Amino acid sequence: MTENIDPNYAGEGIYRENILDHYQNPRNLGRIENPHINHKEFNPLCGDEIEIFLKLNSTKVVEVKFQGRGCAISQSAASMLTESLYGKTLEEIKNLTRDDIVEMLSIPIGPVRVKCAMLSLDTLKNGILIYEKYGGIGTDKE
Amino acid sequence: MVCMKPPILEVDAEVIKEDFPILSRQINGNPLVYLDNSATTQKPKQVIEAIDYYYRQCNANVHRGIYKISEEATLQYEAAHDKAAEFVNASGREEIIFTKNTTESINLLAYSLMQRLQRGDQIVLTQMEHHSNIVPWQYVARQTGAELKFLEIDKTGRLKSEWDKKITRKTKIVSVTHMSNVLGTINSVEEIGKVAKENDALFIVDGAQSVPHIPTDVKKIGCDFLAWSGHKMLGPTGIGVLFGRQDLLEDMPPFLYGGDMIKEVKFESARWNDLPWKFEAGTPNVAEAVGLSAAIDYLQRRVGMEGIMRHERELIRYVLDRLSEIKNIDIYGPKEPSQRGGLVSFNINHMHAHDLATLLDRDGIAIRGGHHCAMPLMGLLGIAGSARASFYIYNTKEEIDKLCEGIEKAKKLFKID
Repeated sequence: MTENIDPNYAGEGIYRENILDHYQNPRNLGRIENPHINHKEFNPLCGDEIEIFLKLNSTKVVEVKFQGRGCAISQSAASMLTESLYGKTLEEIKNLTRDDIVEMLSIPIGPVRVKCAMLSLDTLKNGILIYEKYGGIGTDKE
Repeated sequence: MVCMKPPILEVDAEVIKEDFPILSRQINGNPLVYLDNSATTQKPKQVIEAIDYYYRQCNANVHRGIYKISEEATLQYEAAHDKAAEFVNASGREEIIFTKNTTESINLLAYSLMQRLQRGDQIVLTQMEHHSNIVPWQYVARQTGAELKFLEIDKTGRLKSEWDKKITRKTKIVSVTHMSNVLGTINSVEEIGKVAKENDALFIVDGAQSVPHIPTDVKKIGCDFLAWSGHKMLGPTGIGVLFGRQDLLEDMPPFLYGGDMIKEVKFESARWNDLPWKFEAGTPNVAEAVGLSAAIDYLQRRVGMEGIMRHERELIRYVLDRLSEIKNIDIYGPKEPSQRGGLVSFNINHMHAHDLATLLDRDGIAIRGGHHCAMPLMGLLGIAGSARASFYIYNTKEEIDKLCEGIEKAKKLFKID
């Protein structure tokens, strides 16, 4: 049954140790007191939820934490994404794309699961937009 | 035209599988194990060939053409109504409207019945309804000032006793699912219909999950309307059915306006056509109606609705047994197989349904993960979503075994006990 697995096929590789490790041992889990950016988003279609906390020095990220619940793809993507944020500027974060996320996860991923993977980046970007617009803390998205 | 093979008296899924071209497909080196029949069903050669033949030999627009193929197409289109009527024991084609799907059938009712409602009237639904049988009524309630009331469910997923107290003289419409697409619960629609009648309320049944799987008789149920979809009963996508009592349909205004639903049009006004055409505006899905007709033939002649019901009861009994052996699982819906249809929703603790579905997919097993278009019910159950396996005539116990093996594999990967 498993002899002729196509390595490009999404099913087999999708839960590589990497993803599972980040899912079960998420990095940067927690909250920040008095963050510069704090934003939460929820995907009602599947119940995935991500909340991002960022502390900045000018426009550079010096501290990042997240809270969340949901599927392995959304949570592990959040964990991996937060690891990659240290030292990045808001501008650099705003330029991150879906391709960057897919590459970060390094698994082939279908359109339904891409939404799961993108939740943390979307939350982050929307939090930044609100911060830049109001010059203050992002509010929870209703 | 289409050769019907001899009937099988009991459902022999292995034999039936051979009628379905897609079921010989391999997914990632594994045979496709299709367990998402609540979402849609696969199509037998007989249905595919009927549609193919129609387009090759008789395709034409209906009701107007005077040439031969238009007459043939019209006869087939109209005969499909007769067949659908007979399938649910309606009185005739006047009581059968073809729509796009169940959702459209219910919307037709919502729009057409709206003018009968006023502020303070009540529409009674249940907590286990699909969005298609909630959201249109929310619209109706907003427009008319009517109120929505929901019959409550208990922990087993059945209606709480004393549900009948919620249907009163203020109730104008009762609309309930015959079989829940999440819990599998089969509701006692005949009893609900009686209470609706006692209170002079119209009684609508959502038959999307039931009509394809159990023998359905609108006279026995006593419903005023019954909605269901062709694609969930081996038919093509794009065709749904609405049964409505003739006297009620005569009185109701049309849903969509335009060609074919009229007898005569002047610049300022129009006269409606006879039933059921009054409710079928524009060029209909003729090929799909032909496909639906072939699907009904297949179900009735090759398999038999009683046989299907028995087959699924066996499968549900087996899957409930096997799933209860799995640790760290929550299974939703009634425990007793006779109280539910051939589908089961469940959750593995600490594993999101999407992740389980993705992992099963690598072994060729297709289940559904998500909210199943029943978000209010999900909220009631305290979950964001669930996994769901739903069965039909071509599914087997061996496939259930594969499902359970796949679940154990997934649990192992996620290090769940």
